[in-house]
Amino acid sequence: MLDQGDGYITEDGRKIGGVVMEMRNITLRFGGVEAIKDISFDIREGEIRAIIGPNGAGKSSMLNVISGFYVPQEGQVFYKGAPRPPMKPYQVAQQGIARTFQNIALFEGMSVLDNVMTGRLTHMKTGLFSQALWVGKSEKEETENREVAEKIIDFLEIQAIRKTPVSRLPYGLKKRVELARALAAEPSLLLLDEPMAGMNVEEKEDMSRFILDVNDEFGTTIALIEHDMGVVMDLSDRVVVMDYGKKIGDGTPAEVRGNQAVIDAYLGVAHD
Amino acid sequence: MPEQLAFTIEVFLNGLMAGVLYALVALGFVLIYKASGIFNFAQGVMALFAAMTLYGIMNGQVPFAHLINAIFGTEIHYFGWNVPALAAILLTIAVMILLAWMVQRFIFRYLVGQEPIILFMATIGLAYFLEGVGDLMWGSDIKTLDVGLPQGINETIDEVTFGWFGYGFFIDNLDIVASVVAIILVAALVMFAQYTKQGRAMRAVADDHQAALSVGVSLNFIWILVWSLAGFVALVAGIMWGAKSGVQFSLSLIALKALPVLMLGGFTSIPGAIVGGLIIGVGEKLFEFLIGAPYLGGATENWFAYMLALLFLVFRPQGLFGEKIIERV
Repeated sequence: MLDQGDGYITEDGRKIGGVVMEMRNITLRFGGVEAIKDISFDIREGEIRAIIGPNGAGKSSMLNVISGFYVPQEGQVFYKGAPRPPMKPYQVAQQGIARTFQNIALFEGMSVLDNVMTGRLTHMKTGLFSQALWVGKSEKEETENREVAEKIIDFLEIQAIRKTPVSRLPYGLKKRVELARALAAEPSLLLLDEPMAGMNVEEKEDMSRFILDVNDEFGTTIALIEHDMGVVMDLSDRVVVMDYGKKIGDGTPAEVRGNQAVIDAYLGVAHD
Repeated sequence: MPEQLAFTIEVFLNGLMAGVLYALVALGFVLIYKASGIFNFAQGVMALFAAMTLYGIMNGQVPFAHLINAIFGTEIHYFGWNVPALAAILLTIAVMILLAWMVQRFIFRYLVGQEPIILFMATIGLAYFLEGVGDLMWGSDIKTLDVGLPQGINETIDEVTFGWFGYGFFIDNLDIVASVVAIILVAALVMFAQYTKQGRAMRAVADDHQAALSVGVSLNFIWILVWSLAGFVALVAGIMWGAKSGVQFSLSLIALKALPVLMLGGFTSIPGAIVGGLIIGVGEKLFEFLIGAPYLGGATENWFAYMLALLFLVFRPQGLFGEKIIERV
C-alpha cells in the first residue's frame, strides 16, 4: 500500500481526505504525437479537482487514461493506494470510477429511468441464470437498485422526464441525465468531461449547483474538465493546468490564477 | 357461409402459422444485428446445425464418425444409446453456447470496429464453415427429427369448424405448437431484455458501445450472450422446421425467407420481425390462393415474399418498425 496522505481543509471549511487517484509520470502517445507528456498529479477524497487548459492541451486524453479508454505508454496509475494494472474501460467502471462524455454518450433508445438504471449495473451481483429465471435475489436486488436510481433522479430534479426516451430530450437535460447515470453507480471517483460545454448561462448555473450539491451531499470525489475559467475557479478546490500535453500549473484556483505560465497559455504568447 | 370464405380463413390461419416460423428465424437475425451491428448470414445454417446436433445427440451418433473411420480404419457410427429429447435439447443448448463463444473468440474479436460489409462477409464464411462442419460431424443424409411434438391434423379444430361452417379446417398440430412456443420465446426474450441486468446491459450495448463500457459492461461478454441467444433461437427454429420437413440442407435456406421478413419489419425491431413474419406468411399463402393459383399458374410462394420486400425497399426502406434513416447535412 501507498501512503495516501492526510488531506487538508478547504477555504470553505470542507475536510478533504487522502489520495484516491494518483497519476505518476504519465506519457501517452498517438503514433509520433505526444498527447500527454510526463504528467503527475493526484486527486484526493472528497475534493473537486479540475483539469483545465486550452483546446488540444490533452485534457480529454488524461480523462480517458483515468477511465481506461486509453492506456498510457509510460507512467503508472495508482488507485486507492495500489498500482492499477492496465485494464479495460468496463473493468475501471467496475472498480468504482464513473464518467460522462464531452459529446454525451447516452442510450438514446431507452427511457431516462432505464439509462439511470444502467448506472446500477456494477452493483447488481446476481448471476445470469437467476436473472434469466427471475428467481432468488434478483427481484429484491432490482427493487433496491431501483430505489437508489429514483433517489438520484429526484436529487437531479428530472422526475418529470423519468419515462421519456432520451432521444427526445434537449441538450441540457441530456447532460443532466448523463450525470445521473454516472452518479447512480455511487462512484468513488466521478469524471466529468466538459459538463457545461455548449450550455447557456442558466444551464451552466444549474449544472454548477448540481456538481456542488453532489459533492456536498454524497461526498463524491469529482474530477472535471472545463473550458470556462470562471466556472472552474468557482467550483474547484484544486486545479491542474495543461498546455500542449504538459502540466504548467497545479494548485488552488487562486494560486493558478497568479501563475505566469498559465496566464501565458490562456492569453497566448509565442511558443518557442 | 360461402365455402370460398371458409377456405380463405383456413388459408389465412395456415399463413399465420407459417409466418410464426419465419418470424422465429428473423428474430435470430435481429438479436445479433441490434447488439453488434453484424448481419448474421449464418443464422439459417445455425438452425440447421442445431437441428443436426440435436438429432445426433438424441440418436447417440458419434460425432465426426466418417472422419474417425477414414483415419483409423474403424467402423464406428453410434454409441449405442439414445438420449431423451429434453436432455438432448439441453446438451444442444450447451453446444450452441460453446459455438457462440468460439465465434466471438476466434472471429469477431479480431474484427471489432471493422466495416459492416467485412463483418457480413465473415458471417458468410462462417455459414459455409458451419455447414461443412455440420456435415462432417453428423453426416449429410436427410434426418427425421422427432422430439415428441404432436403432428397431423388437429381433430378438435376440424370438428368445431365443421360445425360452424360446414367445412372442417385443416390445421396441423405442429403448427399450433410452433406458434405457442414462438409466442412464449418472444415473450421471454422481451422480458429478459426489459427486466434483467443482462438484458439491460444487452440493450445498452446495442445502443452505444462507449457508453456501455463506461457503466461497466463487457462488450465481449454481451456479444457471447447475444450469439448464444441467437443460437438458442436457431435451435427452436431448427426443431420446428426439422419436425415439419426433415433436417436437411434446405433448412438453412429458410434464412433467405427471413430476409424479406427483415426488410418488412426493419432490422432493428423485435416486434417488426414478428409482424413482418406474419405478413409474409399470410401474404404469400393468401396471394397464392386468391391470385397465384387461379390466374398466374401457381408457385407464387417462391417469389411473393421477395417481390413484397422489393416494394418496401423502394417505398419504405427502413421497414415498418425500423429506426428512421435520417441524414443530417
